[in-house]
Amino acid sequence: MEKLSVNLCGMELSNPVIPASGTFGFGYEFAELYDINILGSIAVKGTTCSPRFGNPTPRIAETPSGVLNSVGLQNPGVDAVLSEELEKLGSVYSKPVLANVSGFSVGEYAACAEKLSAHPRVGAIELNVSCPNVHGGGMSFGTDPRSAAEVTEAVKKVSKKPVIVKLSPNVTDICEIARACESAGADGLCLINTLLGMRLDLKKRRPILANITGGLSGPAVFPIAVRAVWQVWEAVKLPIIGVGGVSSAEDVIELMLAGATAVEVGAANMRDPFACRDIVGALPETMKKYGVERLRDIIGGAHG
Amino acid sequence: MKQSIFTATGVECIAKNTYDLRLSGDTSDILRPGQFVNIALDGLFLRRPISVCDAEEGFLRLIFKAVGKGTERLAAAKAGDRFDILTGLGNGYDTEKSGRTPLLVGGGAGLPPMYMLAKELCSRGKKVYVAAGFNSADEIFLTDELAALGAEVVVCTADGSVGKKGFVTGAVAELSGKYTHMFACGPEPMLRAVWELCDSDGQFSFEERMGCGFGACMGCTCETITGPKRICREGPVIGKDEIKWKS
Repeated sequence: MEKLSVNLCGMELSNPVIPASGTFGFGYEFAELYDINILGSIAVKGTTCSPRFGNPTPRIAETPSGVLNSVGLQNPGVDAVLSEELEKLGSVYSKPVLANVSGFSVGEYAACAEKLSAHPRVGAIELNVSCPNVHGGGMSFGTDPRSAAEVTEAVKKVSKKPVIVKLSPNVTDICEIARACESAGADGLCLINTLLGMRLDLKKRRPILANITGGLSGPAVFPIAVRAVWQVWEAVKLPIIGVGGVSSAEDVIELMLAGATAVEVGAANMRDPFACRDIVGALPETMKKYGVERLRDIIGGAHG
Repeated sequence: MKQSIFTATGVECIAKNTYDLRLSGDTSDILRPGQFVNIALDGLFLRRPISVCDAEEGFLRLIFKAVGKGTERLAAAKAGDRFDILTGLGNGYDTEKSGRTPLLVGGGAGLPPMYMLAKELCSRGKKVYVAAGFNSADEIFLTDELAALGAEVVVCTADGSVGKKGFVTGAVAELSGKYTHMFACGPEPMLRAVWELCDSDGQFSFEERMGCGFGACMGCTCETITGPKRICREGPVIGKDEIKWKS
């Protein structure tokens, strides 16, 4: 197992595979199916200060090799996450998790992150400045370098755990945002969140999603994730979590070669509840196939 | 929930655009009528949720309308085709609440789960009423089989080509006072119309576009009087007094 382990911002992960926020709930639905302690960590459902119902339905639309969602950060609010969800998760998962934090103001991000970072089960904060499905929050903080730096700095000031900023691909230059977060004190970066997309219902001649637009994920976006991780690895010195369309052990190795220290698996969980288990299981054999002795040695290995 | 491989044993077109697919496989997680299964199909990213029409040990029956890529693919299944299916999804109907004379209301593609429900209620000696609504004669299915179980079936067609003319609400109104509990499944306007007529307690099965189908993605959440519920997990069946209509 030593061969699979990686160190992410000081967290020792037994392997780099982490289910992505929003596709794994708080883990316990999956714990009914298999022992989720085989996972390197878990990025739990995005949390805000107050409870949120999210957007109206329909919130899901299928696409070629992927899915659009416009869930809109449905969550029970930070206090219920701390008192109920993390406790329930704690009964089925013993390792530190990534607490995904979102908000609608710098103050809200900081307040939510401060509370979550104090919880013993939280290993790091995943600062979500890239949700495309809420208005006046989420992605609006992650598409402007100054706002991204401002929220990163505010959260760093109050967080008791490392802060990993989750970036949006819906920008002209993701490296500019990455550098702004690095200067503001981020401990790591996570990329990419979903891409803004849309589908129409031809019978109704209307958008399928009630929110009109949604975030695209799934295998369709994997090459964009590889490109973004590659570019950001060259632009900053921070550890990177690679995410976007990962559905196999090969994809994990590809993102790590591009520069990822750990890899999140998102939309694949929606089609196959065993996706993460099967990817972890396939890693040793796949490493052998590509001559990988230890995973941590290949991070960024494709950069000349 | 269980993931397993099922093998198609036959598929038949039983009414306009309506297919009866029979499969063999492990049905041990299907515990209540009104639950659904989620089927993976090659080339389509999301699974397709289909309500269970009937399940016995090793046997699964699904009746569905071919309305899109996924259901058209399923309709073209051949005996021997294998499918990766998640079973035992959703809460299903609570049959303990039926009382002595339950009324089952099914509109079009909402009728299939009423078969397993009627089978269970009839076998417990209940007097089962079924109100089945269709658009026209060529869309009618399953009504003879429901009658064969011992249920009293009222067929309604919107165009009056068979049975009672009009929507299923006409039949429901006529049965007022006779039924002890209402079980309903169908399009939302039908659910709302029969909910307004319902003079007993009841359970209503809802449909929504789903992502995962097992509670992880929050794609299908609806608002209820008792807070948000995931149609795929705390639903699809929602109690009469918990429903919060969209408008």
